[in-house]
Formats: sequence, structure tokens, C-alpha cells
Amino acid sequence: MSAGANLGTTIRFRPLNVGRYFLWGSFALVLAVLPLFFSAGFAITMMSQMGIFIIAALAYNMLLGETGLLSFGHAVYTGLGSYFAIHALNWIAAGTLPLPVALVPLVGGLFGLLFGLLFGYIITKKAGTTFAMITLGIGEMVFAASLMFPSFFGGEGGISANRVVGKPFLGITYGPAIQVYYLIALWTFVAMIAMFALTRTPLGRVANAVRDNPERAEFIGYNTHIVRFLMFALSGFFAGIAGGLSAINFEIVSAESVGAQRSGGMLLAAYIGGVGVFFGPVIGAIIFTFFLVAMSNMTKAWLLYLGLFFMAIVMFAPGGIASVILMNLRVWKAGFMNRLWKPYAALASAGVIALGGFVAIVEMTYKLSDSGGGGAFSVFGIPIDLAKPLSWIVAGLVLAVGGFLYRRAWVAMKREWDDIQSILAERAT
Amino acid sequence: MTAAPGAAASIELRGVYKSFGKTQIIRGVNLAIAKGERHAIIGPNGAGKSTLFNLISGRFPVSSGNVLLNGADITGLKPYQINRRGLSRSFQITNIFHRLSVFENLRCSVLWSLGYKYSFWKALNGLADANERAAEVMEGIGLSRRRDTLAGLLSYAEQRALEIGITIAGGAEVILLDEPTAGMNRSETAHAVELIKKVTAGKTLVMVEHDMGVVFGLADRISVLVYGEVIATDAPAAIRSNAAVQEAYLGTTANNH
Repeated sequence: MSAGANLGTTIRFRPLNVGRYFLWGSFALVLAVLPLFFSAGFAITMMSQMGIFIIAALAYNMLLGETGLLSFGHAVYTGLGSYFAIHALNWIAAGTLPLPVALVPLVGGLFGLLFGLLFGYIITKKAGTTFAMITLGIGEMVFAASLMFPSFFGGEGGISANRVVGKPFLGITYGPAIQVYYLIALWTFVAMIAMFALTRTPLGRVANAVRDNPERAEFIGYNTHIVRFLMFALSGFFAGIAGGLSAINFEIVSAESVGAQRSGGMLLAAYIGGVGVFFGPVIGAIIFTFFLVAMSNMTKAWLLYLGLFFMAIVMFAPGGIASVILMNLRVWKAGFMNRLWKPYAALASAGVIALGGFVAIVEMTYKLSDSGGGGAFSVFGIPIDLAKPLSWIVAGLVLAVGGFLYRRAWVAMKREWDDIQSILAERAT
Repeated sequence: MTAAPGAAASIELRGVYKSFGKTQIIRGVNLAIAKGERHAIIGPNGAGKSTLFNLISGRFPVSSGNVLLNGADITGLKPYQINRRGLSRSFQITNIFHRLSVFENLRCSVLWSLGYKYSFWKALNGLADANERAAEVMEGIGLSRRRDTLAGLLSYAEQRALEIGITIAGGAEVILLDEPTAGMNRSETAHAVELIKKVTAGKTLVMVEHDMGVVFGLADRISVLVYGEVIATDAPAAIRSNAAVQEAYLGTTANNH
């Protein structure tokens, strides 16, 4: 929405001074009770995937947000973690690996770490554009390799396994989806705490220093290559855990799990949520998974919507959703929120109108190209006849009016916002 | 030119040359700076003062010649290796960690010297010695009031102070300051000089500086660098009366006043 000021800076404002333990405790509670409210099979599946993607996006952000490294190939580490985890499941089934299923994600993590060490040592010799290009190259290389060695990667069909293997522990077989959800929730919680703790260690903080100013970091005694390398390897470890969980969840791993699209998804999720704040990628992962799982069920145009949403974030809130939240919390704490409720309400209403018109046109266009002209369907319960020009005129009018109102509301909101920000800035000095 | 008998010089340059492409920037510099000395390098713009610093601190490799730190050859070492041997430098253009707070800037700067290196199994907030040292430096450079402010949001003078803080935080015995008072007004400069005196007490200090008041107030000895060559190294009074120096550098400055 409104993140005009302070773009691209890490926001250090801590609005809610409640204890950390309370925050983490509530988070654990939310993870535990979510299935009671969303008990449908579809919801459980989606929440499981959200948990997995939260770990992956946070692992990704150890590079992007914390160390300043833009990777285009992080699915290599989630994906290879997945492959080793799925093999581990098969070895458990064959009786050659005595390991409880609950620890299979650790197998993924260890192999994520191994490949992070292996590839990372070379990749992290450089930062910046060179780094990004090498990650892209290694991503393509691993993807190609996954199709070249079918005995390990299973070719096009991938490798499948059965997660109900080994002895049940306290009656837990991991057959039902709800048991898998809780396994994922537990790993998500543990991995999140570990990654958060890492941000408050010497390595974690020096990684921030390397992100901000690699040259100066060398002049305070740090070999920036080693800092990047260690962060990369540790990120590979957590990515591998996400991959291991994904293997358990889907019971199949195929080449696309190491592919560029998966890597791009992590970048998108981290960026949408906000790379400058620890919990940013968590929000991003939830939204991204929602698009991927739920929206893709509802509409064929989901990728278009995701792309536009991503563009809107990049252009209007480059700090991601987390920064928008934090900046609004700061305004709220300073007692200025009463000046923003009205502009926000106006903006939201206009936004809904414009979005309605836009979605109608997009959906009608998709429908038209599907049916080869003509046909009728409904958007938001409103029946639409594609053959009638009136349908298009109305949708276009709604979009135009909504867009116009939105523009006006935005200008009004921005004026208030900038005024409040300048007052806050004055107070700070 | 020679260090005190019996002790190795803190910094010694032996026949140091540096070229960028065909252009020779440093042309055979020999210089020895004794332990505990406050040494200033002055010279007209483009004389190669900053380049000399970059060669000593490992930012650029020398084209030929040797750099010695406490008698040990450090030629060709990386900046972090040189820093670990007890040499720390500041930059002419402020070079800080702009998205970290003042305190985090300083805490990062003390970590290596206290032996925490790359550890990711220790909580920062539990490192009493690092936190105390960072707080002490912060107090020393007068930025305690700005503890949690992002370094990028500090005023220029505050950033310059932080620049010096980062440089000295690790406890290096040899400090190189590149134009520490550049861009400051008179009172800020006076403040900075006091700060430099305080935080570099008992250490070897080498500084590049344009402000002659600062130079003559701080330095034990001065080297004059002109077109990549040291034309004189002596005590301030002798430098002031050196005819070659006056012609090359000070004369023009004096005429401007």
C-alpha cells in the first residue's frame, strides 16, 4: 500500500515490546490450533505447503536479506535435499536405513548443507552480479543433471516413495495428512527459531556488515568470502530441511523441484514479504503458497495476478509487506493512525472496485480464448455473456471508474502519509 | 628515516612503487615510522597520499617494493590479514555499515579481535567483552546518545566519528586515518582532533590530512609527498622551514591565507 519513505532500509523499529518468548509462544499456538479452524483436507494440504515454503523462503533470505546475495538457483538445495530424503524413505522401507520418518528432513538438511559447502565455496568467491549468474548456471547444471541420471533422479517421472514406513511412534504413522501437518509445523517452528537465533550471532551480524559494505568488512578483519560461504552453506542446510519435508509431504520428487521456477518462487516470496525484516519472508511464503495452491485452483490467470502483485510490491512497497506493516505500526504507536483510517478506507474501496473491473476483464479474456468466442459464465456470482458488447463495456467502465477513484484516494492518502512521516522524522532528530 | 635503534619500525616502506596502467602514482617511497609516533603525510592533490594508504593497508597490491609491519613483511597480504596483524585504517570517503545501528557497527568491529571470528553458535548479546568494548568505544567517540540510530541516518560529522570508531574499535596498534577532518567546519575539526588524540593515545598513528592546523597540532613528524615521491620527512618545525617543501606545497597554501 504505502511505503513511500525509507525504502530499502532495514527497519529497526520494534513496536510491540512484548517478550520474545510470548511472540514465539503465540506462534507455536497458532501452528497448533490452525487445523482446528481449517480442518478441510484442502486447507491442511495448503498449510503444510506453507510451512515448507516458510522454511525455504527464510533460508533464501539468509542470503538475500542478511548477506546481500541474490541467488537464482536456491532450489538446487531444497531439491537435492528432497531427492536424498525420498531415497531415505525408500531405504527405510527396505530396512537398510534405521531412521524414524520424523528425522528424514534432517537427511535433506545434511545433503543441502553438503551441496551448499560444495557449490557454495566456488559461488561465494564472488558477490553481486557474478554471484547471481553463477547460481543461475549451477541451477541449470543441476537441472540438466537431474534428467541425465535417471537411476538417482528418476528421469521425467521422478522418484516416489511411501512415507508410511518404519515402526509407528506413539501410533503416529504419518499416513493421515494431519499428522504430516504437525510434523511440518514442528520442523517449521524449530527451523524458524534456529534461523532467527543465527541472526543474533557473530556470523549473522557480520553477514549484515558484509551485505552493507563488503570492503569495510575486510578492514575489520573479516574474509568476506568465508562469511558468504558459511552463510550460503547454512542456508543450504535449512533449504534442505524444507526439501526433506516436501518429499514426505508429496511422496514424490521430480526434476522440477531443482528447477529455475522453484528458485524464482523463493525469490518472489522473500521479496513480497520483505527481505529487510526477519519475518518478512514468512508473510511472503504464505501469500505465495496461497497463489500457488488456492488461486491456481480458482483461475487460470493466477500467474498473471501473482506477477502483477509482485510488480506492485516492487514499485510501491519495495520493503515488502513486512515494511508496510512496521511503518504503519510506527504511525499507530505515534498516535497518528486516526489521520489515516479514512484515506485507507477510501483507498481500499476504490481498490476493490478497480480490481473487480480488472479481474472481470482478465477472466473474460481467458474465457474467450478458451471457448473460441462467445459463451457465458459468472464472475463473483454475476452472470456474464461474452458475446454481448455490454459485458465488456460495463467491465471496462468499472475498471476506469475504480482506477480514477483509486488514483485520487492514493494522492490524498500519500499527502497525509508524507506529512506524518515528516513529523516523525522531525521528532527523531 | 630510521627507526629507533633496536626496535623494528611500526611501519616501513622499502622502495614502494605503484602504477595504474602506464601512470606511475607512487615512485619509490622509502619511509619508516617508529612505534608510538604520530606521523602525518601531506602533499598537494593527486600526490598519491590515499594511494599510499591503500598500498599499506592491502587495498591495492604494490607494483614493486615491500611493506613491513613491526618488522614483518606484509606485502601482498589481503586487507583482513593485515588487519588481524594489528593495522587498522579509516577512509577518506565515509565507509561504514549504513544499515546497521551505531552500536552494531562498533560491535562488528570488535568481534574478530576478541576471537569470535565466524562463530554462529554464540549469542551476540551474551558476549560481555564485545558489548563492553563496543559501548566503551561508542562513549569514546561521543555517540552513545545515538546508540540505536542507523549509521546511514547520522549527520556527516557523526559518521566521521563513527568511521574513526570502527577503525580503532578492534584495538589495533597501528592506526591509519585518511583525512579524518575532511568536510568538517572549524568546531567539528577541533572536536575531531581531540577525539583522535584521545583514542590513539599510545598507538602509532599515520594520517593523511589537508588541514595544516590539524597536521601541525597532532604530528610528531611529517612526510611531504609530491608526485609520488617523499621529498622530505622531518619534525613539523623543520618541515615548515624546508625550502623545497615551501616551494612544492606550503608556499601556495601560505599565499592563499
